[in-house]
Amino acid sequence: MTDHTSSYAPSNGLEKWLDDRLPIIRFSKEHLMDYPTPKNLNYWWTFGGILAVMLGIQIITGIVLAMHYTPEATLAFNSVELIKRDVAGGRIIQAVHSTGASMFFVAVYIHIFRGLYFGSYKAPREVLWMLGVLILLLMMAAAFFGYVLPWGQMSFWAATVITNIFASIPFVGDPLLQLLRGGFAVGNPTLNRFFSLHYLTPFIIAAVVVLHIWALHVPGNNNPVGVDVKSSRDTVPFHPYYTMKDAFGIVVFLIPYAWLVFFTPDILGHSSNYIMANPLVTPPEIVPEWYFLPFYAILRSIDFPLLFIDSKLLGVIFFGGSILILFFVPWLDRSRVRSGNFRPLFRPFYWLFVLNFLMLMYLGSQSTTIWWVPVLGKVGVVYYFAYFLIILPLLPRFEVTRPLPASISESVLRPART
Amino acid sequence: MLLGAPGRRPRGRATESTHKGYFTLATDIDTHSAPHGTRRDFLYVAAGAVGAVGVAAAVWPLINQLNPDASVLALASVDFDLSPVAEGQSVTIKWRGQPVFVSYRTKKQIDDAKAVQLSELRDPETDEQRTKPGHEQYLVQIGICTHLGCIPNGPDQGDYGGWLCPCHGSQYDTAGRIRKGPAPKNLVIPPYKFTSDTKITIG
Repeated sequence: MTDHTSSYAPSNGLEKWLDDRLPIIRFSKEHLMDYPTPKNLNYWWTFGGILAVMLGIQIITGIVLAMHYTPEATLAFNSVELIKRDVAGGRIIQAVHSTGASMFFVAVYIHIFRGLYFGSYKAPREVLWMLGVLILLLMMAAAFFGYVLPWGQMSFWAATVITNIFASIPFVGDPLLQLLRGGFAVGNPTLNRFFSLHYLTPFIIAAVVVLHIWALHVPGNNNPVGVDVKSSRDTVPFHPYYTMKDAFGIVVFLIPYAWLVFFTPDILGHSSNYIMANPLVTPPEIVPEWYFLPFYAILRSIDFPLLFIDSKLLGVIFFGGSILILFFVPWLDRSRVRSGNFRPLFRPFYWLFVLNFLMLMYLGSQSTTIWWVPVLGKVGVVYYFAYFLIILPLLPRFEVTRPLPASISESVLRPART
Repeated sequence: MLLGAPGRRPRGRATESTHKGYFTLATDIDTHSAPHGTRRDFLYVAAGAVGAVGVAAAVWPLINQLNPDASVLALASVDFDLSPVAEGQSVTIKWRGQPVFVSYRTKKQIDDAKAVQLSELRDPETDEQRTKPGHEQYLVQIGICTHLGCIPNGPDQGDYGGWLCPCHGSQYDTAGRIRKGPAPKNLVIPPYKFTSDTKITIG
């Protein structure tokens, strides 16, 4: 990437003048148009572009919604209802934003699982991967803060349960809990600060996305065969090849999104959130949004103490660890072959991991009073961690990988038999 | 180069003449460099330390503002008159935005609580430890499940005749002690005192 020479030649005096002072057109041409991209990228690679669009949609609709929303405990619930009923087009704008959070997570989970399958986290893309995990954490924070703002019963009790997680930290837990809530319970001060932070996080995400793309453009894209780019015959310019492919992916992605917005904007929400927050009544069941369910299931499955750690803190440790472990994946996976397509032993374990993730998602939505929920939950937790801590490090010792193609262009011209 | 190679005196006139300003300075410093560091090292560390203290002092109020404000703290205690509460009745009042269960327990409920062996309890506490002497018919506790913060239903719920949390099935006995389910602790007793025979101040 860095060694190719720019094809940009300022076409007139003004561009030349600007290029000598701020080479922004040159930069854009190099990184948005000429950027050499492996020519074999499949549709799983369009989710990066889809995510960029989702971030844009969330920021734009969010700024608009903030013009009508009131972050005050007695008014917040009604202001959201007024947005849906009275504000011109507010019903659609609000649905684009709330459903957008779900679609954002659909895209990010596909993007992450694509990286896990094709070994996109492996050298030299460790920093790229870690920045991605950071973005995931920021997205979770943004989604959580946003979910509290409508100030319904689920909003309130999600805020209560999630902030309670910090109370399990030894010694500093209780003062920390009051610091986070700004009171002895979740209340107006909590709502105010969550609104402030909800407005802030997307811009932090945007900044980290810039770093993420920078870290992508240094080594260049990984690709489905996982073989490095060896010559210019392996690549095509980003524009028009991948701008078009991404645009097509984006349009296809927008179809189910639009369907949800226009026909079933509430299907992903919870009916309890149409009751205004009441600190004296707990809803019959507290369930997080679907995208948090696998991690919620991990939190709930740990219902036993270990040594001097009580069950609540241990659950929190596993909950946090299940996300933080992603930072270490580049060093846990010892295989030198990137793509799962050439790893016959890896593939069944990978798909089992995907199924396990979906199972945890389902279990998180079910009541723990059903006897098999905590049992299967523990099985799920064991496999989740075993995949990262046992299978990825040890698999290369037993695995005979299939021969890799000599180059990307060879794999395109003569596809390896699977 | 400036501080990186202590004790090594840069010679070579060519460098000195091309980068005169820097290297004349570097030569001066290196001449005085000792194992304990130079005057410049000291100033560097001292300035950094003062800067760090300054940053910490500026950040602290920005974090401290997150704490409960004066208007929240002003509501930190409430008075409650117990006389309208009938025997066997339990009422919920609000203290610090949280529900507080005030229960006037029946003789049977008290006896049930006292009959329990401490060895049976996950979070061992006697009934006396959870009530005030002379007022043991009154049980005052924060109505928040110690598991994940839901509000339990009760009394007279669950296998132990106390409180039952609808979220994850934690069960508390007639003294609000955890008996079954995922919660680790007994229901919390708030700080309170009797200001007269029938009045309490919570907080």
